[in-house]
Amino acid sequence: MLNFLEKHLPKIVIAPTTLAMIVCMYGFILWTGLLSFTKSRMMPQWEYVGFEQYIRLFENPRWHVALDNLAVFLILFIAISLALGLLLAIFLDQKIRNEGVIRTIYLYPMAISFIVTGTAWKWILNPGLGIEKIFRDMGFLDFEFRWLVEQDMAIYTIVIAAVWQSSGFVMAMFLAGLRGVDDNLVKAAKIDGASTFRSYWHVILPIMRPVFFSAVVILTHIAIKSFDLVQALTGGGPGYSSDLPANFMYTFAFNRAQMGLGAASAMVMLFGVLAVLIPYLYSELRERET
Amino acid sequence: MIADKFSSINFGRILIYSILIFFAFIYLAPLYVMFSTSLKDIEEIRSGNLLALPNDPTLYAWAKAWSSACTGSECKGLAPFFWNSVKIVFPAVIISTIIGAFNGYVLSKWKFKGSELFFGALLFGCFIPFQVILLPMAILLSKLGLSNTVSGLVLVHVIYGVAFTTLFFRNYYIGISTELVRAARLDGAGFFDIFRHIFLPISTPIFVVTIIWQFTQIWNDFLFGVVYSGAGTQPITVALNNLVNTSVGGKEYNVDMAAAIIAALPTLIVYVFAGKYFVRGLTAGAVKG
Repeated sequence: MLNFLEKHLPKIVIAPTTLAMIVCMYGFILWTGLLSFTKSRMMPQWEYVGFEQYIRLFENPRWHVALDNLAVFLILFIAISLALGLLLAIFLDQKIRNEGVIRTIYLYPMAISFIVTGTAWKWILNPGLGIEKIFRDMGFLDFEFRWLVEQDMAIYTIVIAAVWQSSGFVMAMFLAGLRGVDDNLVKAAKIDGASTFRSYWHVILPIMRPVFFSAVVILTHIAIKSFDLVQALTGGGPGYSSDLPANFMYTFAFNRAQMGLGAASAMVMLFGVLAVLIPYLYSELRERET
Repeated sequence: MIADKFSSINFGRILIYSILIFFAFIYLAPLYVMFSTSLKDIEEIRSGNLLALPNDPTLYAWAKAWSSACTGSECKGLAPFFWNSVKIVFPAVIISTIIGAFNGYVLSKWKFKGSELFFGALLFGCFIPFQVILLPMAILLSKLGLSNTVSGLVLVHVIYGVAFTTLFFRNYYIGISTELVRAARLDGAGFFDIFRHIFLPISTPIFVVTIIWQFTQIWNDFLFGVVYSGAGTQPITVALNNLVNTSVGGKEYNVDMAAAIIAALPTLIVYVFAGKYFVRGLTAGAVKG
């Protein structure tokens, strides 16, 4: 008996996690998937209705606003964070005095919750008392900056706050990548007569391709999950103009008792993540094999 | 050498420093605005502007945010919710870290048939959008009688945190010589002996990284908090959001800002004192997970 225990101890240790994983991850995904094919509202109701919830979802204008917002948010958030992160990393890599202090300053927003970030930026962007007032006090009396309450612009405030929070992290990733680049490569490029700019562009950046790749995956992941930032900064408003899919899902599943529809939107989100993740994992695995 | 030094103090260097310092100010500005706003009274907020220093600093907003501001129908400030978060975070961090340590130990040094598959399947859990598990988890919690309880939230955080903690420990232990383990086994040392005498003594850095990572994740969580907590068990992020969106009487931006800083303080303090480990956790979670 004791021998048996000893022999199977590793499996026994793993067992609780295995159980939790099978039930609470894969089981629950399956459950949500099944639910999305039923007409459940307040409570789960196992009556099969085919793709009805998905049809309702894609006929819902609010869902389209959320998807469009996600596209805008994803593109801008990722592009600006990458550009800014890379720029700051390259500058910080020039043997800067007090590099540690500056790096710490760039990165601290990452330690804060999106709710706090949202609360802070909601105040900074306050129409009337926020940035607008700074410029008016400086003498620009007609200056207007009220994106927070403008339907077409509210999503950009989310981009601003999210970039503020996450770009330092991208900087840290790039900096770690730059530090891993062999100094001799840069020196060789310089001996060949390349300028600093050109040696970065042609020699260093191509080596950093994997870092770019991971950064994009992580930023995509943050963007798709950005539920709390929207909730705190705009509340999805004005109206529902700055909703993201995650906010849509929450509203319909928990506030409007539309379980089936909420489940369908969650499944679409999952497939969105998988569409990014699978090529990434595939290329990672292939790289490791070669 | 002299020429080199001389040329380094050129226009390019000045430009680089100016840009770096400019961005440092940009990143710091929100924190500065929060602090200075929290120390002003409401009159000064209306008459002055964001960047002005407080004329006559007062702790009124801090006191109110902590003990009497309204977070929905109740007006007890953030204090009770701060302690809720503490009650959620401590057990969840400790339990998920311990489970992660053992999982990582098995997955790196006691591999068995299917253990790689298990690891791959678990890794996937680092990526799923949690929306996809929110509904069934709500039902499971109510079946277990844990709806709207602190224990329920601890359970949820442990379950979905273990993927990360396992990843951290597995990647750390995989670098430790397998020969060492084999030799110890030949000497008759068992599973737990080897863990205690070989692995535990060298695990301090990875424990620190994991604990800090889990602490920030769980303290900052809003999604699970807002879905699975009830009136008395909300974590601080949910309470802060309610506080900001409750306007009884006039809007008090100074109280909002004091409350936001209170909610951010624990993770900020951890970051300031253990920033190195925080970054290591982020990049470990980033590059692999």
